[in-house]
This record gives sequence, structure tokens and C-alpha cells, in this order.
Amino acid sequence: MKILLVDDSTTMRRIQKNTLEKLGHTDVTEAGDGAEAIAKLAAGGFELVLMDWNMPNMTGIEALKKIKADPALKSIPVIMVTSESEKTRIMEAISSGAANYVVKPFQPDTLAEKIASIKK
Amino acid sequence: MPLAIRVEHVNPFVSSTMETFTKMVGIEPKPGKLMLKKDSKLNYDISGIIGLSGMAKGSVAISFPKETAIAICNKFMSGDYKDLHADILDAVGELVNIIAGNAKKDLTEFSIAISLPSVIVGANHQIAEPKDSFSFVVPFSTALGGFHLAVSLKPS
Repeated sequence: MKILLVDDSTTMRRIQKNTLEKLGHTDVTEAGDGAEAIAKLAAGGFELVLMDWNMPNMTGIEALKKIKADPALKSIPVIMVTSESEKTRIMEAISSGAANYVVKPFQPDTLAEKIASIKK
Repeated sequence: MPLAIRVEHVNPFVSSTMETFTKMVGIEPKPGKLMLKKDSKLNYDISGIIGLSGMAKGSVAISFPKETAIAICNKFMSGDYKDLHADILDAVGELVNIIAGNAKKDLTEFSIAISLPSVIVGANHQIAEPKDSFSFVVPFSTALGGFHLAVSLKPS
């Protein structure tokens, strides 16, 4: 599975990449904000996006809305992985097309379960 | 009419700090006694700070001695850094980002939004709070060393 990992924190990208590798996902591309994510998605072939919310240049929710408005990208599932934990934020993401939502802090098992639910 | 700030409003930040360190770093921090910041003596080397805005404004900061920051951040990201590095600074910023983001779900009456985190490095640095804000400090102890959480809130 080709995965795009989007987070402005190198630490969070490292933690999530380690988790993905333990799950057998080694085809992982990284982006540091929403704009970079949109640019990298244009290369094609991605099957899953893990997206932070609060990032410079273009936030994760803005990038999610752009992905879901693009006929070439809208079928790619996006899991939001964010410290934005209020119900209103979760509802906004789900209504904007997010396939699932992981709240930081999380344990690796939680991320693994959300990814597994997408693959089914 | 501005909402009143009470000492209980610090509790979500304390709970969030414990949850963040337990789940994401793999260590259980033990909180000490809450103090007014003006009564505390702080002389740490590295701080992660995040701004709060909305119906309450202020900041949340976590501050560490250098060696503790390196040890905790290495455990957080499975790193092996011996000295301060850009990745350690990023990890400190991410920790305070998670703490603040997770805490604000329990402070919905203030409709708080958080800024992107900043990290300050320097021996014995000071973080100034807005005048008339409520500023509290909670020391934490861990197996990897101590740190403190500082919360400053002011109704707006």
C-alpha cells in the first residue's frame, strides 16, 4: 500500500513511519504540510493519506477538502491524525470526507486498527 | 461578559500531560503540587510553548533541563541523540502541541484555538505572561528526570 504521511512535525512523521513499517507498510512518502501533500498526490498511485490538522501553509482540513473536491484524488481514503480532539472538529473532518480520525495522543495499536479498518 | 478563570481550568492540562507522556512516550509522569508561577523558581534549558486564543488567551509551556529533554525525546521518537538537535526541538514542540490540543476538548466553554508550537533554548530563560493572567506551574517527576508544565490563562 502506497501511503502519504502528512505532518509538519518530523517527530510525528518518524513515529508514524515506524508504526507503519512494523505493520509491513514500507512504501511511505512524507509531506510537511497540506500544500506539499497535494503536490505529491499528483504523482498518483497513493492508496491512503494520514493527515495532521494544524500545519503551516495549508492546514490538513483544507487539504482534505481539496482532495475530496478533486475527481482524480477523491477516492483516496484520508485518516486525520491530530491533536484536535473536540467533537465539532471530528464532525467537520468526517463531513468533509475523512475516512477515519485518530486523536493524539494515541498508542500505536490505535493507528494500526484505523488503518486496518480502511483496508477491509 | 468574560468567563472567569479558575484554578480547575489547569486540570485538563495536567491530565493531558499525563496521558500524552503515558501513551506516546511510554513513561508515567507524577504531578507535584500546583504553584502560582510567581512563587516558583524555574531554571530550565528548553521550553516548548504554544499560544491559546479564543474566549481565553494565554499559553501552555513545558520546560526541561537539557539532559531530561534529550532523554524523554529520544524515548518519544525512538531516537539516540546525545545532544540537542533539531529533531529534539521538534519533539518538544510536538509534545506541547499534543498536550494543548488534547486539553482544549475539556475547555469548550472558552472555544480555544491553539497556535503552532515554538521552542525556546537557553539556560535559565524566562517566559513572560500577559499582565493580569492566571499563571500556574505544575512540576512533574519521571524516571527520566523532572520537567514542569506552565499554564497562563486570561479571559478575553
